[in-house]
Amino acid sequence: MSRSSRIGLLIVIAVLAVLPFVLPNAYYLDVAIRMCINAIVVLSLNMLIGFAGQISLGHAGFLGIGAYASAVLPTHYGWPPIAALGAGAAVSGLLALLVARPIFALRGHYLAMATLGLGIILAMIFRNETAFTGGPDGIAVPSLGLFGYELTTEKQWYWLIAAMLVASIWATLNLVDSPFGRALRALHGSEVASQAVGVNIWHYKVAVFVLSALGASVMGSVTAHYVGFVTPNIADFFHSIELVTMVVVGGMASVFGSLVGAVLLTGLPQALARFEGWETVVFGAILMLTMIFMPKGLVPTLTARLRRGD
Amino acid sequence: MPFLSVRNLSKSFGGVHAVQDVTFAVDQGTVYSVIGPNGAGKTTLFNLVTGIYTPTRGEIHLDGEHVGGLAPHELAGLGVARTFQNLQVCMNMSAMENVMVGAHLHLDRSMLKAMLRLPTLSARESALREEAAELMRFVGLDRYLDASADAMPYGALKRLELARALAAKPRLLFLDEPAAGLNPKETGLIDELVRRIASTGVTVVLVEHDMKLVMNLSHYILVLDYGKKIAEGTAEEVRNNPEVISAYLGAEV
Repeated sequence: MSRSSRIGLLIVIAVLAVLPFVLPNAYYLDVAIRMCINAIVVLSLNMLIGFAGQISLGHAGFLGIGAYASAVLPTHYGWPPIAALGAGAAVSGLLALLVARPIFALRGHYLAMATLGLGIILAMIFRNETAFTGGPDGIAVPSLGLFGYELTTEKQWYWLIAAMLVASIWATLNLVDSPFGRALRALHGSEVASQAVGVNIWHYKVAVFVLSALGASVMGSVTAHYVGFVTPNIADFFHSIELVTMVVVGGMASVFGSLVGAVLLTGLPQALARFEGWETVVFGAILMLTMIFMPKGLVPTLTARLRRGD
Repeated sequence: MPFLSVRNLSKSFGGVHAVQDVTFAVDQGTVYSVIGPNGAGKTTLFNLVTGIYTPTRGEIHLDGEHVGGLAPHELAGLGVARTFQNLQVCMNMSAMENVMVGAHLHLDRSMLKAMLRLPTLSARESALREEAAELMRFVGLDRYLDASADAMPYGALKRLELARALAAKPRLLFLDEPAAGLNPKETGLIDELVRRIASTGVTVVLVEHDMKLVMNLSHYILVLDYGKKIAEGTAEEVRNNPEVISAYLGAEV
């Protein structure tokens, strides 16, 4: 891990540690928790999109699997929440593994279309299997018990998710700067060159796809427990696009960019809540403007500018 | 037994016979060059032997093992490394990381261990950085140790590819036009590097247009024209071969 990454991680830890003491009320704490949840999902999606260079437009589908596993299994079958979370992750991982083979025979637009299709199929299942999922009305999720403790207050949730975020950033920074991470970035840079030095590119594409699906699924479960309610919107196409936008705006292949993207675009709809319905337009505009003026995303562009300024 | 032996190798793209019935053998520790006019099938031949294309017909043996049709990453596992005619440098990485990727197969590639940054892995990483720096110095890239790949000039990138290939610790090294687009000084550097690499026992197969470089370096030369072998021999033999002279149409060989 480079020195700047270490400093970045320390800053994140410091901010997360003081945040609950300076935020004026529970509403802000709630927004902070949602930012952290999204940041973790975006981190894992950035591994796939930014580092490995493979697109997924259906990632919310995996959030949906995790969320519904945590809703349906405890409610209908009496599973303990942690087992349900594990089962959701297992299903997401297996599904990712299963579809990866045909999907990664595709590249570029075709890969985008295939993942888009996967997400839409999952969203349709959640919407239509009314007997299990409650359909469009959604389904209540029991509270999350961990080792005999029950998470009830907003503060407890905040500390849990802040800790998860720090662990995720640390693990991602480690991974990016390892033989595995370099192989991912190399196949993004040149598939033929990475193959020539022995990188089995198919293996790496599948591994990172499964990893990001697992990340999304676990965070889907966590979201479900935190909110206490799941609707099919969590697996929606728009949610997938939101996540991709966070990756792109924050910065592809940038760990701290993922964080910035998630914080900005989770906070923005809150700030724009007055303009009911227009958030979508603003989202689209932000994505377009980023692509035009900062194609590398906020954090990489700004750090490059800072470095040049030295 | 030759280290690399290619028998009756052919590759067709639709009706185009890019490589036809080519047979040759390369002894261990030698420098073997493939020359020929543009479109003669040199790069296709390279791509066949390094697994990028699957042969239409023919056999390839490496150290006695049948390797025809193996994928590039499988061949890499057998000690085959290469550079590319049109640069294939990962511009999204630093120069040193490009070289470090070259050592891919010699490293612990576990995802979980990497995430947890186990001490054994960190120790190997710092050793790897040192090895990569060493290789970069070897190819004359001292000033680019901290550079990002996309900030390097063309000639330096050519040598960066060479350093990456060497990081794989190859037994057989394919160099596809290593001197293309280089000035005489840089070409001289490549000449010296290839000699030094071959002197360590690495077998080098070279495709190159720079005749001076080829004639200087090669123990043996294969001449292709329209996908067919028209001559094979030492520099002296090839130089005086009438078919070669006519293929180059008076070009000084």
